[in-house]
Amino acid sequence: MLLQRIINNKWTKRAAFVLCLVPLGVLAWKAFHGDLTANPVEKLEHETGDWTIYFLLITLTITPLRKLVPHLNLIRFRRMFGLYAFFYGFLHFFTYGLFDQMFDWMSITMDVYKRPFITVGFLGFVLMIPLAITSTAGMIRRLGGKRWQRLHQLIYVTAIAGVIHYYWLVKSDITLPLRYGAILALLLLARVIFWLRARQSKLAHSAAARRESAPAL
Amino acid sequence: MLVKKPADIPYSKVTPKNAYLNRRRFLQGTAAGAALFASRPLWDALTPAARAQSATARKLTGLAKSPFSTTEKMNSYQDITHYNNYYEFGTGKEDPATLARKLKTTPWTVSVEGEVAKPKTFDVDTIMKMAPLEERIYRHRCVEAWSIVVPWIGFSFSELIKQVEPTSKAKFVAFQTLYDSKTMLNSFSAGINFPYVEGLRMDEAMHPLALLCFGLYGEVLPNQNGAPIRMVLPWKYGFKSIKSIVKIKFQEKMPPTTWNLSAPSEYGFYSNVNPAVDHPRWSQASERRLGELFKRKTVMFNGYEKDVASLYSGMDLRRNY
Repeated sequence: MLLQRIINNKWTKRAAFVLCLVPLGVLAWKAFHGDLTANPVEKLEHETGDWTIYFLLITLTITPLRKLVPHLNLIRFRRMFGLYAFFYGFLHFFTYGLFDQMFDWMSITMDVYKRPFITVGFLGFVLMIPLAITSTAGMIRRLGGKRWQRLHQLIYVTAIAGVIHYYWLVKSDITLPLRYGAILALLLLARVIFWLRARQSKLAHSAAARRESAPAL
Repeated sequence: MLVKKPADIPYSKVTPKNAYLNRRRFLQGTAAGAALFASRPLWDALTPAARAQSATARKLTGLAKSPFSTTEKMNSYQDITHYNNYYEFGTGKEDPATLARKLKTTPWTVSVEGEVAKPKTFDVDTIMKMAPLEERIYRHRCVEAWSIVVPWIGFSFSELIKQVEPTSKAKFVAFQTLYDSKTMLNSFSAGINFPYVEGLRMDEAMHPLALLCFGLYGEVLPNQNGAPIRMVLPWKYGFKSIKSIVKIKFQEKMPPTTWNLSAPSEYGFYSNVNPAVDHPRWSQASERRLGELFKRKTVMFNGYEKDVASLYSGMDLRRNY
């Protein structure tokens, strides 16, 4: 069907790649035109932070979506979205490191140690590094499917850390952290449901298999 | 002897010519599109023309200069009026600039009550005439660790105190902001309780640095900056500088303050700018002066130490944050 052909088309993937850069493009354009509010560094930090969470949530939507529409080859986009989450996360950390700390690593270490919201944020970012490094097909082969999958479940920790990071830094308006937390909870809940159903059907299957292979009386 | 290295990709993987040419044209088109996109005229056409100083605001002239003014560079009118914490009109920094248009600033009265000889409700214009207006260029430091320099217009709050004659029972001054449920957010959406309340100790309120403020940059206060009458306490975190005052009450007991009610471990009654006392969740040792790229060190009492330190001699400012 048409949707299948569009998703499998190589130009779709290229268009998606370019589209994922649009948020950065908009930021660059606004920076060039002096339109990043009166506090441009804060705006940059917030926007790159937002897009890190968005891409984490988008990445986490792929697997539940695949269970719902298995005939659509959505897996081909998952790595790209995941890497973009790392990309924007890196920009977020870089903005903080440069403009807030002038890359004073002593000072950054103190912040990570003393400020809980920075501790979880830093944790979430650091956990994405091994995921980015092992994102290639070659790495999947080297680690083996099962080990690779286990490692990449770290994205759950990163996403949760990201939401907590946001919740702990706002002064009083927790609307957005709660909203992202709710979406994340749904995405994780979907996985739990699929896992329970898979377990149930496996148990039912093995019970049926045992009944079949039982000696006839 | 011809030594040839084999090609490292098979011929079948070489980009077919028509695809290569199509890609070139695609990139050229993208570049052209990007150039148009980045053009200033197109940008100006798309953004609202709210960048100039207000054309209609009432001007305030004949202002006296003040020895309390700083010589530090002032922030632009655009920045000062488009980066505001006024949660009644939205919790985003740029929200009040648009949403505070709903605020009706005339007629406006301020009720002065409590431990005073003559409690009275004043019209704001009457209050404005109580003393000559001065221009006070103050540093303004938000608890969120950013700061600006603003040319405020007003006079010392002590001038109003003189006129209303507080009794000996007046140990504190309590302030209250307007709350209008029809035009303002509710407490739940904003995350803090309304109406917004603040307070000062009597000696803080009497200090000449404490400014009763009616304007900035040569005109009356824009709505988003707390029109038509507000306090400015430059040695304290910005949330103590209450906006859009409707009630001033002199009293014996320490008054409640909104941010302290919202998060008692994070915001205290005094909230003096103090780089040595961190916010529980972030450091107060440095701040971002709007307009500067890198952060600068925060100064004790926001640089007004020689003026106000005597108010707190003997006080443990870590306990009394």
